[in-house]
Amino acid sequence: MRAEVPTLLGGLALGITSCLAQSGDLTIPKSVEAGAAFSVQSGGSGKGTLYIAGPGQMIKQDVQLGTSIAIAAGSLYNAGHYSVWVTSESSTQTGSMDVVPRQKPSDLTFIAKPSRLPVALHNAITGSVYVFDTYGNLITKPMQIAFQLSNPGTAPQTKTAETHNGAAWTQMDSAAHEGKAQFVARIGDVSSTRIVGQVPGDPCSIKMNAKSAGDKIQLVTDPVRDCSGNAIPDGTIVTFTETYGDGKSTVDVPLKKGIASVEMPAHRGATISVASGVVLGNQIRWAQ
Amino acid sequence: MKLSSLLRFSIFAASTLSAFAADEPTVHVQQPHLQGPRELQETTAKAVVQNYLDSWQSMSQALDQNRPDLLDRDFVGSAREKLAATIKQQMAAAVRTTYRDRSHNVQILLYSPEGLSIQLADDVEYDVNLSSGGKSLGTQQVKARYIVVLTPSEVRWRVRIFQAEAQ
Repeated sequence: MRAEVPTLLGGLALGITSCLAQSGDLTIPKSVEAGAAFSVQSGGSGKGTLYIAGPGQMIKQDVQLGTSIAIAAGSLYNAGHYSVWVTSESSTQTGSMDVVPRQKPSDLTFIAKPSRLPVALHNAITGSVYVFDTYGNLITKPMQIAFQLSNPGTAPQTKTAETHNGAAWTQMDSAAHEGKAQFVARIGDVSSTRIVGQVPGDPCSIKMNAKSAGDKIQLVTDPVRDCSGNAIPDGTIVTFTETYGDGKSTVDVPLKKGIASVEMPAHRGATISVASGVVLGNQIRWAQ
Repeated sequence: MKLSSLLRFSIFAASTLSAFAADEPTVHVQQPHLQGPRELQETTAKAVVQNYLDSWQSMSQALDQNRPDLLDRDFVGSAREKLAATIKQQMAAAVRTTYRDRSHNVQILLYSPEGLSIQLADDVEYDVNLSSGGKSLGTQQVKARYIVVLTPSEVRWRVRIFQAEAQ
């Protein structure tokens, strides 16, 4: 038993030596910029192995202990926290470091929604941006993003927003007139563009006219427009409803060249109404 | 150090290692501090936080077993690509890393206006163990602040950006 105690002590002492060495002679920069060259100064002598490990990257390198270990530019480029070990047969030296994003933006992730919407809506277009460096690291330092929504024939809307933790957002109004708008997010010389289609809104009003066509009534609307004067797209359904006595007829007609027309049976005293979506037009009482 | 102390240390170390993968982290979720105009429903917030915490388990298992396929449920985009690349580098170096998250302090920071991303910050404490050929090369305790962006997929929120900030 006496002979076993020194053996046990020796084994434990070896473990303690490793533990003590962990606080030892490794000198590491606290933080480095992504992709930058740096060096790690290890203690001791002989050959060893350097490990730099984080969720974002893993580097293993054979090293000479007691020397400055050079990590070449472009080797460690994913931002994050890294644990560092320099191991040899007799010791382990440890430390940690942070890799921070480069401060020059290289890429924007820009999400603009919706891609198509009615005209003249307040704060209806949203844009979200995430800013990345050349290695795809999120740049969390605050930066100014310029947003611009350009519509043909009108002055562009511009807004700026500061990034928080790499993200910024804005809201824009859709233009009064239909057309394709360019929505641009820009930081420095990096920009990203999205196209937003602006289509006419709901009809502002519908006016129909009626005239006799034999035993039928010919109903024709005026050109149907939204409240900004944009023509409602062809294909939009206009509903004509004729009510007479206990009877009722309904006809759905798509707009063609901006107007809707239909022939309905002529019933003396019938009431005819016209509507599209939630918009109700005029009513006509057929007296002939 | 006395022999009894050394033995206690040894037993403690052994029990720590055996419990390495078993313990559940403590989790504190702060009230969201939202910058965006979009309202965040409580059920969405809970799902996002739970999916994020699940992602730590996936990441730990993937890096421990050097299996990038284990990332698929919880990671997407650049986060998945970077973690998969790390696994490839670990395989080339014949090492594994085991991450054991001990505590999380999570706060949702942004629900983007169009509803396609949620950003959160997590002050996390974890242990990372490096091993090679079944032999542990050492364990480090880490405190870090992670900035995370999750995006919705078919059935869950998946981590798209996963990045620790400098302390």
